[in-house]
Amino acid sequence: MSVKETKKKSAATAVKEKRQVAAGLIPIYIMGKRYEVPEGLTIMKAMEYAGYILIRGCGCRGGTCGACGTFYRKPGDYKLQVALACQKTVEPDMYIAQIPFFPANRALYDFAGLTAAPEEVFKLYPELFRCVACNSCTKACPQGIEVMDAISALKQGNIAQAAQLSFDCIQCGLCTSRCFGELAQYHMFQLARRIYGARIVPRAEHLAEMVKAVNAGKYDRFLDELKQAKEDELKKVYQEREVEPMAAGEDWKPKDTRYL
Amino acid sequence: MSLAYYPGCTLKTKARNLEEPAVASMKVLGLKLDEVPRWNCCGAVYSLAEDDLMHQVAPVRNLIRVKKQGRNELVTLCAFCLNTLKRANLLMKEDAEKRDTLNSFIDEGIDYRGDVKVVHLLEVLRDEIGWEVISQMVKLPLRELKVAPYYGCTLLRPREVAIDSVENPTILREFLEALGARAIDFPESTRCCGSYQVVNNPDDIAEYTRPILNSALSHGAEALVLTCPLCDYNLGQGQNELMKKYGGFRRMPLFYFTQLLALALGLDPKVCHFELNHGKPESLLRIKNLLV
Amino acid sequence: MTKKVSVTVSPKKSRREFVKKVKELSGQNLQVCYQCGMCTGNCPAAANMDVSPRRIIEMARLGLEEEVASSRTVWVCASCLNCDVNCPRGVDISKIMEAIRLLTLRKNIDQIRPEDISPEKRSELPQIAMVSGLRKFTG
Repeated sequence: MSVKETKKKSAATAVKEKRQVAAGLIPIYIMGKRYEVPEGLTIMKAMEYAGYILIRGCGCRGGTCGACGTFYRKPGDYKLQVALACQKTVEPDMYIAQIPFFPANRALYDFAGLTAAPEEVFKLYPELFRCVACNSCTKACPQGIEVMDAISALKQGNIAQAAQLSFDCIQCGLCTSRCFGELAQYHMFQLARRIYGARIVPRAEHLAEMVKAVNAGKYDRFLDELKQAKEDELKKVYQEREVEPMAAGEDWKPKDTRYL
Repeated sequence: MSLAYYPGCTLKTKARNLEEPAVASMKVLGLKLDEVPRWNCCGAVYSLAEDDLMHQVAPVRNLIRVKKQGRNELVTLCAFCLNTLKRANLLMKEDAEKRDTLNSFIDEGIDYRGDVKVVHLLEVLRDEIGWEVISQMVKLPLRELKVAPYYGCTLLRPREVAIDSVENPTILREFLEALGARAIDFPESTRCCGSYQVVNNPDDIAEYTRPILNSALSHGAEALVLTCPLCDYNLGQGQNELMKKYGGFRRMPLFYFTQLLALALGLDPKVCHFELNHGKPESLLRIKNLLV
Repeated sequence: MTKKVSVTVSPKKSRREFVKKVKELSGQNLQVCYQCGMCTGNCPAAANMDVSPRRIIEMARLGLEEEVASSRTVWVCASCLNCDVNCPRGVDISKIMEAIRLLTLRKNIDQIRPEDISPEKRSELPQIAMVSGLRKFTG
C-alpha cells in the first residue's frame, strides 16, 4: 500500500489489521485481489486457503513437475520474481500471477531417425537463431538454470553442454513466456537431452554385459527356485534377505555369494 | 603469453577449418588463444537503429566478460563477429546514456566503458608478431601459390572499425607474401558476397559472387583467401551454381587465411580440415607440392 | 534494373510522421543528400532492386510512405555499407535502409518465416547466416 493510502486508513481497518497480524495472517494479492493468509503457507496452499480450487497450475506439489510456475512482485520494486507455487512460502504484500500454461512451439519429429549432429536441432528449431542473448530467460527460471548459456551452447552446436546445463529443467515454461525472440527453450532442451542420452553418452559396458549374462541364463536356476517355492518359503527368504548397508565400502560383499 | 579469444557460434561446427588451424598456429607463434569463458552469440550483425539497445546486449556482454577477466584485448577470427563486437564497443565508448542503460541492464557489476581493444587475428599477426617474424618461422613457403585476397565487407566497413585502408587494403597481401605466396590483387576484393541475402533471396547469391570470382580468375588467381564463414558459404555455393549456369565457369579452391598460415608454418595438414573446404583445395596443393 | 517510377508528390500524400520516424530511427539528416547517385552506383545489390537507393532517400524525405513500403529495395539490401563509405555527404544510407525495414518489422510484419527455409538449408547454413537473416527479416 502506498504511503498516502496508509494515512487514509480508518481506525477500524487499523484494528482489523492488528488483529490479523496477531493471528499470524499476512496480506497477499492473487491476481490483484487482496487476501489474508496464514504465514508459513506455500503460495499454492495460500491460494487454496483463499478459496481457489486448483485444477490447473498444480501437480506433484513436490517441485518437480513444473505445473505451478508463478511470477510475483513486491510493491515499490520493479523487479519481477519467479517461484514454484508449491515450494515458495508466502511473503507479505506479494502480488502473484500463475502461468499454468504458455503456448510454446514444439517440433514434431521421429526420434529414431535423429543423429547426434547439432544440425538436427537447427532443422527442428530454426527460431533458435532468434535468440538475442538478453538473459530474460535465465532471470525467469525458478530452478536457477543458466538458460541463456544453454541456448548459447545449442547455437554453437554443443548438444552435450546444453543437455548438462538444462539437467534441472522441469519444463515450467516461464522462460518461454519472457523470451524476446519467441523461443520455446524448454522444448529445445528436451530435444538436446534426448539426443544426448540416446546418442552421445557412452553406453554403460557393465550393464550390457549383465544383460548378456541374464539372457544367457545365468539367473534362470535361481528364478525357477523362487517360482517353485511355496508362499511360506518365499516370505522367509524375503524377510531374511541381506541388504547392502548405507555406508558400505567398495569391497563390501554379501554373505551369500551365490548370485554374484 | 595468451590472448582473450572470441570464437563465435559458427567456428565450433561449420567453420572448424577456420578455428583449428588458427589455434594450432598461434601456439607455435607463442600467443595462445584463450577462449573467453561463457561467451555468447554476438548477434552476428550490428543493429543500425538509433533506439535499439536490446541487440547491443549480446556483444557488450562478451566484452564485459573479457574485462572481468582482467584482460584488455579481444581477438576474433570471424570477420562478421569482429565487426559487431567492434562497433558495439565503440558505442559503449562514445554514447554515455546508452552505456549507462546497457551496463545497468546487463547487471554484471561493472561499469564497462569500451576500453577493451577488439582486434582481428590479421591485426595481431601484423602488429603484435610482425610479418618478418612470421616469415622467419615459415617452414613450407607456399611456392608462389597465386592467391587472390578477398576482404568482403566486414573487415573494412564502416571506416571507424576498418582494420586497414577502406579503398586500398594491403593487409592480406602482406600476409600472403610473408608466407611465400603470390598475392593477386583484383578490383572486386571488397565487393559484398551477398551476406544474409542467402536466407531471404538465395537465388541472388550466384550473381553477387559472379563479379568477384570472374575478376579474381581473370587476374590469374588459382585460389581465394577468406576470413569469413559466410563469404565462404556464399562463394562456395555461388561457384557451384555458376558452374551449372555457365558452361565455361572454372571453380577454384577457397582457403581460410588460418589454413594457409598453418600450412606454411609446417603444421600437420590434418589440423586444417581441408575436407571441409569448397573447390577441391587438396588437388591444387598437391600440384604445387604443398601437400603429399 | 531499376524501372521508371512515376510518383505524384502532394501535401495530401506526404506522411510527415513517416519522415520523422525514418529520421529518428536512422539518426540521419535526410536533407543533406544531394541525389548524386554514388550510393546506387556502388551498391552490389542495385541490379536486384526495383527502386534505387538514391530514389528511396528522395521518396523517404518526401514522405511517400506507401511507395517506399511497396518497394522491395530495403529487403534486397545486404547491409554491405558500401554506400556509407562512398557517400560524399557522409550520410549512412545503410541506417536509412534499416530504419525503413524496422518500421515494417515492428508492426509485427515479418518478411520470412523460419519454416520457409528448407531443412537442407537450415542444416547447411553457417550459424551467422541464420542469425543475421532472422534479425533482418523477422521482428
